Amino acid sequence: MSEGLVTVSYIASTILFILSLGGLSNPETSRRGNHYGIAGMAIAIIATILGPKVTSIVPVVMAMLIGGSAGIIAAQRVQMTQMPELVALMHSLVGLAAVLIGYTSYLDSSMQFEGVEKTIHEVEIYIGILIGAVTFSGSVIAFGKLSARISGKPLLLPGRHLINLAGLLAVIWFCNLFLNVESGGVGMLLLFMMTGLALAFGVHMVMAIGGADMPVVVSMLNSYSGWAASATGFMLSNDLLIVTGALVGSSGAILSYIMCRAMNRNFFSVIAGGFGTAGGTTVASEGPQGEVQPVSAEDTAELLRNASKVILVPGYGMAVAQAQHTVFEITKLLRERGVDVHFAIHPVAGRMPGHMNVLLAEAKVPYDIVAEMDEINHEFPNTDVAMVIGANDIVNPAAQDDPGSPIAGMPVLEVWKAKTSIVMKRSMASGYAGVDNPLFYKENNRMLFGDAKKMLDEVLTALRSA
Amino acid sequence: MRIGIPKETFAGEKRVATTPDVAAKLIKLGYTVAIEQGAGSAADLTDEAYQAVGVEILGDAASVWSTSDIVLKVRGPAADAANDEVASLREGGALISFLWPAQNQALLEGLAARKATVLAMDSVPRISRAQKADALSSMANIAGYRAIIEAAQNFGRFFTGQVTAAGKVPPAKVFIIGAGVAGLAAIGAANGLGAIVRATDTRPEVGDQIKSLGAEFVPVEYQEEGTGVGGYAKVMSEGYLRAQAEMIAKQCKEVDVVVTTALIPGKPAPRLITAEMVASMQPGSVIVDLAAEQGGNCEFTVPGQVVERHGVRIVGYTDLPSRMARQSSQLYATNLLRLLEEMTPGKDGEMVVNMDDEMIRGATVIKEGAITWPPPPPTLSAAPKAAPKAAAAPVAPAKPLIPPALRSLVVLGVGGLALAWLGSVAPPAFMAHLMVFVLACFVGYMVIWNVTPALHTPLMSVTNAISSIIAIGAILQISSPGALMTLLGSAALILTTVNMAGGFWVTQRMLRMFRRSE
Repeated sequence: MSEGLVTVSYIASTILFILSLGGLSNPETSRRGNHYGIAGMAIAIIATILGPKVTSIVPVVMAMLIGGSAGIIAAQRVQMTQMPELVALMHSLVGLAAVLIGYTSYLDSSMQFEGVEKTIHEVEIYIGILIGAVTFSGSVIAFGKLSARISGKPLLLPGRHLINLAGLLAVIWFCNLFLNVESGGVGMLLLFMMTGLALAFGVHMVMAIGGADMPVVVSMLNSYSGWAASATGFMLSNDLLIVTGALVGSSGAILSYIMCRAMNRNFFSVIAGGFGTAGGTTVASEGPQGEVQPVSAEDTAELLRNASKVILVPGYGMAVAQAQHTVFEITKLLRERGVDVHFAIHPVAGRMPGHMNVLLAEAKVPYDIVAEMDEINHEFPNTDVAMVIGANDIVNPAAQDDPGSPIAGMPVLEVWKAKTSIVMKRSMASGYAGVDNPLFYKENNRMLFGDAKKMLDEVLTALRSA
Repeated sequence: MRIGIPKETFAGEKRVATTPDVAAKLIKLGYTVAIEQGAGSAADLTDEAYQAVGVEILGDAASVWSTSDIVLKVRGPAADAANDEVASLREGGALISFLWPAQNQALLEGLAARKATVLAMDSVPRISRAQKADALSSMANIAGYRAIIEAAQNFGRFFTGQVTAAGKVPPAKVFIIGAGVAGLAAIGAANGLGAIVRATDTRPEVGDQIKSLGAEFVPVEYQEEGTGVGGYAKVMSEGYLRAQAEMIAKQCKEVDVVVTTALIPGKPAPRLITAEMVASMQPGSVIVDLAAEQGGNCEFTVPGQVVERHGVRIVGYTDLPSRMARQSSQLYATNLLRLLEEMTPGKDGEMVVNMDDEMIRGATVIKEGAITWPPPPPTLSAAPKAAPKAAAAPVAPAKPLIPPALRSLVVLGVGGLALAWLGSVAPPAFMAHLMVFVLACFVGYMVIWNVTPALHTPLMSVTNAISSIIAIGAILQISSPGALMTLLGSAALILTTVNMAGGFWVTQRMLRMFRRSE
């Protein structure tokens, strides 16, 4: 296959990738979108293998067989609640691959440049490895946090901003040294040292971020894996990699932006880690007062049965308790009895963007009754029962009422405007943000204490029996 | 212990203090329950229905009073010579009913002389936890609903607007004064009938509740806070009252139905609707005065009657809950049940009067012959605390160092200079790649904003799969000379293909799950 044909194939793959992302604008066209993506990838790989630059096909096929079967097995076995972990793990693979390709490219003697071109090529290698290494270690830590192998609490080292700054300066200084070395050996050493710093930086950055900020981190790492691919493309002078990397990079960046906006927080304050460090407000001493009104599973069933419009608000607690199937059974039963049931999804519910939607889809909840916050927030005043399943901060009225609250200004689901709200919760402990929730003390709110799955099972039994 | 429910003796009272549903739950709490024959008949509750759940039926009131440890009633006990219920109460027995201790001092003393323990349902404190036993709210809810039904009964037109073949009918305009429980119930009922509803209240914070029920909030244009202790209204200043009178006078000219619910605890009802206002209303209009028993909000109100003045009908019924006896008995009985549940911690049919419990303390007016009324003021209020809010409000927003408009200019300038510098030193090949890169970022930006939030997780897994396009780099490097490079390249290729295959596969798995409802 000639160089020209390879380029044409790359153009075709680029278009297919764009169509693939475009297809995700609607669940109807999304499956086709994924097929476009597969086709684009296949065309690109085959064209490269058949192209003039590739001489040894056997190791390529071997490696792809090994990697491909491992990937498919993992994809088949993973549970939907583990999606955030899987995605984080896959990001780490892209990061590691980018690091390896960067090193190989530095070792590659077949590409010889002079003058400015050499400098630019070396900067590209340097940056490619840097981004790859941060992506790799950051994703591994994110994986650990999401799968609860590492504590979800933010680890805040003293002077962590200074540490980060020092790391950044060191990386720039090493880069300067790296560009001016003569021998490959010293250059390699500098690359190793920089890689070590970048790995440490990735670990430090994600360790400082708490569990509920994970949607931002996961989408940010998604973005990094794209930029890593783009940097590799510059390094290898390959436009397909540049374009694809840029697509993925901007996708992750936009997701991060959406998640930050949904928490009313600045991207940098999330990444800098630790909750509430930016505002510095330590109010919350004058907590809401009053008593909560507990409710039994039978009474909950009664409330649901007598309602004509119900909105369910799922949160991370539903995922932890694996309660989505029971939720669907309850939804089905209520809909059969003519109750209008909808789901309201806050953008940062769960541990990654769209997490709740996937869980509900897995439980066979039709997507046309699952609404986003902006679509459904004005419907709460007409709702009889709003049921919160394992969520806290995203339904906290203090975000609107109390300018001193650490989550002030964060858009929230206005469940308290419903005639009755029911909050399912394990105990009265406060949410991730450590903010007390005045919702619990509202007159029209009831608390259903206990494990979400167990209580929902009881509600379902009560609904069935009546 | 044994609970007894005599038939209500007050003239025209149709309610009864327990219903078969609730009696069954009282029995579950460990009590035995007996009622006087026919006690529920005025509320359409038959003796057979009571018997079916295990309630004993007694032939006359005397045997109910004499055999019961606890007597449940709606109205307070009668104490006249012909019918002395106070004297019938067993010495040391317990009584739970409405009592209005402030207005009935003699009754209170008479009961104390019987060494009784008495809980007044009207004295249940207004705290969140006690809401379930708040019989005043239950009754006010019914009164508000019934007020609209009575208004509709006396009003000669539709409430809802209609366009018929015989011409257009405008909707009735209803104005509700006082948005407490009764007022809000009236708003809901009037709205349900299709009327245009407006409401006012001295407490500005109920404006949202009024709007949430679909009515328009008409505030009084005057600066004064009207919330008293315990969520009730308080007496307002003179200037405020003038502004309020002007507003009500204006509304009276416009609306067809006025429902007044204005009450201040322990005071006669405020006179809000004057003779001139009534005269200014359209003939055929209706005023329902829910404050008739406390003297009325309208000058013409005659308690217990419907009167017509200046062509306007003024309904002054004082027995609205009793006019819906079945419903009000059910709610009142449930309130009693909730109170008794709190007082029966062992669920063993033994009533315990725990004076440390704020809810029970508030309701108890006589304990074993000692008058304990009035209770200490409630410490907790359902209304949000105003003070900390006010303190937190004046947080001045930090002034940005550079004004935003200038900041974006600076960013653009710096970015432009950096690009210009890059363009002057970098080789053309690099600039070509850079152009492709920048364009791709823009395409990505456009495409990604169109992705529906529901598919953000599949978006992440598919972009992740696509980013394994760096496999191409690995494939090219495998063919480079040198075993080390082949090895490194192969390792990178294995990693990326795991990602590629896994990413696409799992995306497909997820997308297959998204389905429409059939």
